[in-house]
Amino acid sequence: MSCGPVGRQGPAYGRSMPRTPHVTSPVDPGFWRSPLRGPWLTSVLGAVLLVGITVLFVTGLLSYAAYNPNLSPVNDKTPDKGLLGFYLFDWPTDPHWLYRLNQGLHVTVGITLIPVLLAKLWSVLPKLFTLPPARSAGHALERLSLLLLVGGALFEFVTGVLNVQLEYLFPGSFYPLHFYGAWVFFGAFAAHVVLRLPQAVRVLRQRGWREQLRGPGPEPADEAGLVAAAPAAPAAPAAPVRVGAPAAPTVSRRGALGMVGAGSALLFVTAAGQTVDGPLRRTALFAPHGGGDPGSGPNGFQINKTAAKVGIEPRETGELWRLVVGGGPRGEVKLSRTELLQLRQHSAALPIACVEGWSTSDQWWRGVRLRDLAALAGFDEDPPGVLVESLQRHGAFRKAALRDNQVRDPRSLLVLHVNGEELSPDHGYPARIIVPAAPGVLNTKWVSRLTFGEL
Amino acid sequence: MSGRTQAIRPMGRLRRWYGEGPLQLLVLLASFALAGYAGVRLLDGDGLLIAVWFAGAALVHDLLFVPAYALVDRALRTAAGRLERKEWINFVRVPAFLSGLLLLVWFPLVTGQVERYEAATALPAGVFLVRWLTVTGALFAGAAVCGVTLLQVRRVRRSARKQRPPVVH
Repeated sequence: MSCGPVGRQGPAYGRSMPRTPHVTSPVDPGFWRSPLRGPWLTSVLGAVLLVGITVLFVTGLLSYAAYNPNLSPVNDKTPDKGLLGFYLFDWPTDPHWLYRLNQGLHVTVGITLIPVLLAKLWSVLPKLFTLPPARSAGHALERLSLLLLVGGALFEFVTGVLNVQLEYLFPGSFYPLHFYGAWVFFGAFAAHVVLRLPQAVRVLRQRGWREQLRGPGPEPADEAGLVAAAPAAPAAPAAPVRVGAPAAPTVSRRGALGMVGAGSALLFVTAAGQTVDGPLRRTALFAPHGGGDPGSGPNGFQINKTAAKVGIEPRETGELWRLVVGGGPRGEVKLSRTELLQLRQHSAALPIACVEGWSTSDQWWRGVRLRDLAALAGFDEDPPGVLVESLQRHGAFRKAALRDNQVRDPRSLLVLHVNGEELSPDHGYPARIIVPAAPGVLNTKWVSRLTFGEL
Repeated sequence: MSGRTQAIRPMGRLRRWYGEGPLQLLVLLASFALAGYAGVRLLDGDGLLIAVWFAGAALVHDLLFVPAYALVDRALRTAAGRLERKEWINFVRVPAFLSGLLLLVWFPLVTGQVERYEAATALPAGVFLVRWLTVTGALFAGAAVCGVTLLQVRRVRRSARKQRPPVVH
């Protein structure tokens, strides 16, 4: 079978043809003149996106599972998920850096892929304007699928990029938009991979890498080097995408790919540092939690939301503050901070890792084990999960549920001290939760109530 | 020949009416089923606005964003048309691309639009514009240094060539 041009043939543009002097519309064959576009470039960019978007999808689904949405309605921002939650599992507490790694990957890889996505869309743009809009019912369906693919990709990247910058412009809550949007996008993405991967593999195998990159400058202006996108699969002959005579090249293919790579590298270098403390964080010049820490000293590490932002007032956290521990056979117990300090104190070195991708290195937390507090409520052995309530009056996670495996982990604490000092108001004074490998929002600050067993 | 035609007739009929093969149809139907299942849930809420965001993202990209940067690039190429070597355009194009990319991704922070940023994180919001301007300046300065160096190297090579005995043209 031949993958050469099939069917109607456009005017034979070639090097010997004079250039079309006046081209006015993108549906004109002569409109698209970049000598860079071609199946090889599109295949290379597509291969990078195949790997990258798969990483984004998997880490995204894992992050969704990390919230334990099936545990309690307070954790579930997508109660009508139905079959889309088919894979949910009890989120583990080991290794303790699991969520930090997962979410660091999700956000950093996503940001790094942006130039690749834009370049890929650029490389196939002439196809958007091909006439007639649909040659057949099958072609019409495929174009509809491409709308979901491109719209879905951009929707996911835009909502993600806005959310990490705390710019909540999107129409609704981030969780359902990004989660359901991801499934719509992934459906179209998977279909696109099934239908196009064989062709991309063939192009990459036939043309190789070295010849394409090391060749003396841009490809000669032959038809294959100009087609705006890969020719249709042999099983589905397409009308050839007619393209104009190539413009004189101003950048080689290696140069163009290098530019995309440089863009990715720049975005990576100026964002990845927000996942570590110390001098490396300063390299993350544009990441929302990069550049530097909000303070110095034991409480100087990154803050998700300050006490002032969520309206925590000093009189609520002063002498009058009591922690209510309940839900168990012994009824409710009220504890002052002094009484909590008299209980046995334990330490754990754990990070704060946010869904927005930033994280801190391990901090040295000190406080009362959650399972010891469960024992106070009457659960001496095998404590159940716990509903944690904050003094916070608003915010999506002012209540959060932890699963029994999280309560039972000896490193899960109701924290009173961090790095050898009392918690600061912004880090949750008088008491906060820390759980290994859990998303940041489940590490509730300004805790007022723990109800064991009733989620 | 006629035997084979008999065997593939149902497929041939599908291809004639539908225009594509059966695998394509199956894959797309499965994809639409998933998209429909998730899409109903996605649109539950301010459905119209969400749909506008979804389709609008593709339209804004294809019909506004790409033409905008293509026009800027064309203007650059026109300006570079007077140059001895068109490739010099890349000493402007590359830093402009990198700087523009940073601005595109971090637009809310760089333009200082995120009102809740300082209150939420206790970090200064004004730094992002300064950093973007600084990085942009550094990119253009770096490109200029590279360009001038390349120019010098070429000049030295050219004069070395001139010192050799003339070759018959």
